[in-house]
Amino acid sequence: MRLPPVAITAIVFVVGFALCTVQFPNFASTRVAANLLTDNAFLGIVAVGMTFVIISGGIDLSVGSVIGFTTVFVALAIERLGVPPLVAFAAILLLCAAFGAAMGAIIHVFDMPPFIVTLAGMFLARGASFLMSTESTPITAPLYSTVSDFALRLPGGGRLTAIALIMLAVVAAGAVLLHFTRFGANVYALGGSRATTALMGIPVGSMTVRIYMLSSVLAGLAGIVFSFYTAAGYSLSAVGVELDSIAAVVIGGTLLTGGQGSVVGTLLGVLIQGLTQTYINFDGTLSSWWTKIVTGILLFAFIALQQAMLGIARRAGPRKAGVLKS
Amino acid sequence: MMQRLLQTRGLAQIIALLAILAIDRAVSPQFFDLRMQDGRLFGSLIDVLNRGAPVALLALGMVLVIATRGIDLSVGAVMAISGAIAASLADTYGLPVALAAALGAGLLCGLWNGFLVAVLGIQPIVATLILMVAGRGVAQLITEGRIVTFTAPDLVWLGNGAVLGVPTPVVVVIGMLIITGAVVRGSALGLLIEATGGNARASELAGIGTRAMILAVYVWCGLCAALAGVIAAADIMGADANNAGLWLELDAILAVVIGGTSLFGGRFSLALAMVGALIIQAMNTGILLSGYPPEFNLLVKAAVVLVVLLLQSPRFANAGAVLGRARQ
Repeated sequence: MRLPPVAITAIVFVVGFALCTVQFPNFASTRVAANLLTDNAFLGIVAVGMTFVIISGGIDLSVGSVIGFTTVFVALAIERLGVPPLVAFAAILLLCAAFGAAMGAIIHVFDMPPFIVTLAGMFLARGASFLMSTESTPITAPLYSTVSDFALRLPGGGRLTAIALIMLAVVAAGAVLLHFTRFGANVYALGGSRATTALMGIPVGSMTVRIYMLSSVLAGLAGIVFSFYTAAGYSLSAVGVELDSIAAVVIGGTLLTGGQGSVVGTLLGVLIQGLTQTYINFDGTLSSWWTKIVTGILLFAFIALQQAMLGIARRAGPRKAGVLKS
Repeated sequence: MMQRLLQTRGLAQIIALLAILAIDRAVSPQFFDLRMQDGRLFGSLIDVLNRGAPVALLALGMVLVIATRGIDLSVGAVMAISGAIAASLADTYGLPVALAAALGAGLLCGLWNGFLVAVLGIQPIVATLILMVAGRGVAQLITEGRIVTFTAPDLVWLGNGAVLGVPTPVVVVIGMLIITGAVVRGSALGLLIEATGGNARASELAGIGTRAMILAVYVWCGLCAALAGVIAAADIMGADANNAGLWLELDAILAVVIGGTSLFGGRFSLALAMVGALIIQAMNTGILLSGYPPEFNLLVKAAVVLVVLLLQSPRFANAGAVLGRARQ
C-alpha cells in the first residue's frame, strides 16, 4: 500500500504534537492550538497561493515583499491619508492583483523562468515599500482594535481569533477552488505538462496570469492579516516569508516540479513549522534558529521522499513520468 | 550594423558599465580621484572594486553552476557559515586554521548541494533551497546567536589590508579569477561544463561524466562562497549570522545574468560575470553618492533584471528580428 505524501505530513504533525504533549502536559490545550492558528495565519494564507503556483509548475518569490508592501501601504493610507480601512484594503488587493497579473504576463509572453521574474517582483515590491516609509507606522484605526478583540471562545480557554478564522476560510476556499473547479483542474494540468495543456486547448497564457494574480492577491490578504496581527505597517516585515511558504508547501506533500499537491497538506506544513516554533517557546532554552534547521531537515526529508517515489513510479511504469520535466 | 555591434560578445556589458561609471562621475565629480594613504589606494573607484569583491567571488562560482543549467541559492547562507567559523576560530587558532576550517565548511556545503543535484537528481533550485533555509540556522548555532567579533590582525588584513596598494579583497578576486579561468578555459573542462548545461543527456551519451561535472561546479561554488564569507567577516571584523551575505545570492545571480550567461545553461563567461558584479556595485555606489536613499537600489535592480531578461528572452529576440525584417 502506498501512502500519499499528505498522509505522511499528517502523521508527522500528529506525532510531533504527541511528542510535545508528552514533554509538556499543558501542550494539548485549545489555547495552544488556537495560538498556533493565529500566529501562523498570514503564513497559511500566503502558502495557499504558493500551493497553486507550485502545482502549476512555477514559483513565486515575491510574496514576502508583497506582504511588507501591503502592511506599509495600509498603514500609511489609514494613518496619514485618513482613508477608511476597508477602502484601503480594496485598493491594495486591486494593486496586488495588477502586480501578480503583470508578473504572470511577463512569464508567459516572454517565456522567462518564473523564479527570475518573481525575483524582480520581490526587489520591486520591497524597494517600493522602502520608498514609502522606512519606519514602523502604528495603526490605531478603531477597526483594528475591534478585529483584534474579536474571538470565538473555545472550551479550555482558547481564543479562535478573527485572523485565524480568515486563514481557515482561505484554506477552505482554496481547497474548493483547487480540487473541485475547472480552474483547479487546469492548474494541475499545467504542472503536469505545459505543452500537453496547450494542445488540449486550455488557455495557458490566461491561466498563468490568473495563477500569479491569485498568489499576489493572497499575499496582499496575508499582508492585511499581518497588519492586524502586529497593528503596524513596516517595510521590513515578512522578510523571508517566501521561503517559509515554499517550505510549508513542500512539507505539505506538493511536488515541487508541479502536477501534484493539495491545499490541506499545505495547511499541515504551515502547522508543522508553527509547532516547531511553539515547542521552542515552551522549552525556553532552545534558540529560535532551531526552527530554521528543523524546517531544513523536514524539507530535505520530504524532497528525498518525493524523489524516491518518482523513482519507483518511473521504474514501475513504462511511461517515463519525470523525464520530460528535467 | 547596430545588431552586429550588439552581438559582439561583452560589448553591451562594457558599454553599460562605462555608462554607469559616467553617471557616477556626473553625480560625484571626485569619482575618479585616486589617492595613496598608508600604503593603500583610496577613492570611489577602488571602493567599487573593494565592496564588489564578495559578489564577484560568488558570481565566479555561480557562473559555472548556471552554465550547467543549475542555480545555487545557498551561497548567502554558506557565506554566513564560513564567516561565523572564521570569526570564532581566528583569535584562538590563528589564520591558517580558521581559513582552512571556513573553506572546508564551504567545500562540504558545496558537496551537499552537488550530491543532491547530481546524485539524487533533485532540481537545483529546490536542492539548494534546503541549505538556504537551514544554513543560516547553522551559522547562528556556531555564533550562538551573537555577533562574534575578533581582533586577529592577519584575518583583519584579509578584509582591510592591501597588497602593493590594492585592497586585499580585490587581489583575492583577481587571484581566484585567474585560477578559475586557467582551470576551465585552459583545459577542456569549461567546454564539458557547457556541454553538460546544453544537454545533459546527450553529453552523458557522448561520454562526459556529467555527474562529476555537476558535483564539481557546486563544490567550487561553495568554496567561492566560503571565501566571500571570510572576506565579508574580515571586513567588519565580526560575523553576523543574520545579515552576512543576506540577499547576496540574488546579486550574484544577477551579476551572472547581466554578464550574458544564459539561465538555460550551455554557455558562460567568467570575465563578463565579473563585469556584471562591477555593474551592480557601481550602481549601488552611485546611488549612495547621489544622495538618494539606498532604498532606490532595489527598484533600480528590479528594473535592470527585467531589462536584461527581456533582452535575453528568445521571444523578444524573435520580435526584434521580425521588426528588423519589416523595416527592410
